[in-house]
Amino acid sequence: MNIYRENILAHCKSPENFGSLKNANFKAHDLNLSCGDEIEIYLEVKDNKIKDAKFQAKGCAISIASADILLENIKNKSLNQIKNLTKEDLLKLLGIELTPTRLKCALLSLNTLNKAIKK
Amino acid sequence: MININKIKNDFPIFKRKINGKEIIYLDNAATSMRPNKVINAIKNFYENYNSNIHRGIYTLSEEATNLYENTREKTAKFINASSEEIIFTKNTTESINFIVNGYFYNLNKNDVILLTEMEHNSNIVPWKLLSKRLKFKIAYLNVNNGEISLKELIKYAKKGNVKALSITHASNVLGIINPIKEISKICRKYKIRLIVDGAQAVPHIKVDVKDLNVDFYAFSAHKMLGPFGVGVLYIKKELISNLKPFISGGGTVLEVTKENLKFKDNIEKYEAGTQNVADVVAFSSSLDYLNKIGMNNIRKHEIELTKYALKKLSEIPELEIYGNLNPEKRVGVISFNIKGIHAHDLAQILDENKICIRSSHHCCMILHKKLGISGSARVSFYVYNTKKDVDELIKGINKAVEVFRK
Repeated sequence: MNIYRENILAHCKSPENFGSLKNANFKAHDLNLSCGDEIEIYLEVKDNKIKDAKFQAKGCAISIASADILLENIKNKSLNQIKNLTKEDLLKLLGIELTPTRLKCALLSLNTLNKAIKK
Repeated sequence: MININKIKNDFPIFKRKINGKEIIYLDNAATSMRPNKVINAIKNFYENYNSNIHRGIYTLSEEATNLYENTREKTAKFINASSEEIIFTKNTTESINFIVNGYFYNLNKNDVILLTEMEHNSNIVPWKLLSKRLKFKIAYLNVNNGEISLKELIKYAKKGNVKALSITHASNVLGIINPIKEISKICRKYKIRLIVDGAQAVPHIKVDVKDLNVDFYAFSAHKMLGPFGVGVLYIKKELISNLKPFISGGGTVLEVTKENLKFKDNIEKYEAGTQNVADVVAFSSSLDYLNKIGMNNIRKHEIELTKYALKKLSEIPELEIYGNLNPEKRVGVISFNIKGIHAHDLAQILDENKICIRSSHHCCMILHKKLGISGSARVSFYVYNTKKDVDELIKGINKAVEVFRK
């Protein structure tokens, strides 16, 4: 199965949520040591709601696309809603099947998001 | 010369098709494929000779012992050592751990162990671990333009506190073949012990440990058409008396009483417990196979293939190849990156055409940091690879470029 679908490639080539947030009150940094991928997630939270979300990252198409799609999806949601996001939710958003090795690429953003909101 | 098309027929795995596609295997630096002869040798051992070695008086055990010891002799001959200088281990990593812990247990805080920036983690981690306990220092020879400098080695050597240099014979990322003979001359002059990680060299170039004049040499069977689980450690004869067993137990001792312990005075002292007999015995068949083709022919074939691949790869825009581009100075290992395409994505797209390449840091994190990259794509060849394999690789890369650039 081809994981490089149009939507994945589009999010990877021009991620809409790429960048940083000056007013971020939640943020976290993480890396995938086994492949050197790196991500930083910034969240602006007001009244328990995600007003804005951005990320900066160095990584493969799957990790970039996954971060972009994830952040797009959490905007205007409450912290409580986000807390319960699972691996399955993320994969559903991505719409692709991944081998165990590539799953790590996709999950980097979700793990970093969890790290950010747990702080 | 080698009849390449005939050689692929000797390897059953190449008959397998995945999604109707032939496998193009370009990850030989990780492990090689095995010919029929080797696979059958494993089966043959279990069917006809299965028994434990160095133990029984009965025929089976004597035959198994002979097969095991004949392999030791053949292995020794393969690198021009003598059989009392060969210890079987699990793999190159275990061989290096053996030397680090079994020979260098007396280092202290004034001593320096010299490594290089191109070492595999297996030649870094054991040293780091031991240095935590013994407090010696670790220094790294720089890698610039894909090579180390002998001048820098001499500079370190002159300081007088370098106890050993542990260096790879051929880099699993850069492909560069280090000038071990010149390095060993410097080490001799300054009384520095020389340990060589030969995992990427022995399968591909003729290695003569006497001519190279090294103290310790480590390599793995599985990278040279042999079974998994068999490693080799060469130790120069006059150094054996200072080598402590890394693992000890049954089969290593002459006498154990409540008061005393007396080890055997031969190489069996270092092979504790039941050995991986069937795989060692089958390794003999891989050596036969390589000897039959001839290491010089293998080298010639791989130089030609590497030259061809380097040319084809460098025609791809914005593709950067790491290291010295002279195919005579390399084994058939080529690491590269294409601007805008992560190595994982490249490997994944190539996998759609069943082209197997490696992507990541290849256990050389220090080297990748030096190169300023987090990972790279790597192709590595062996005796059964063809120019057609390279053509398929190039086609696959062009397809990936198209996916990411359109």
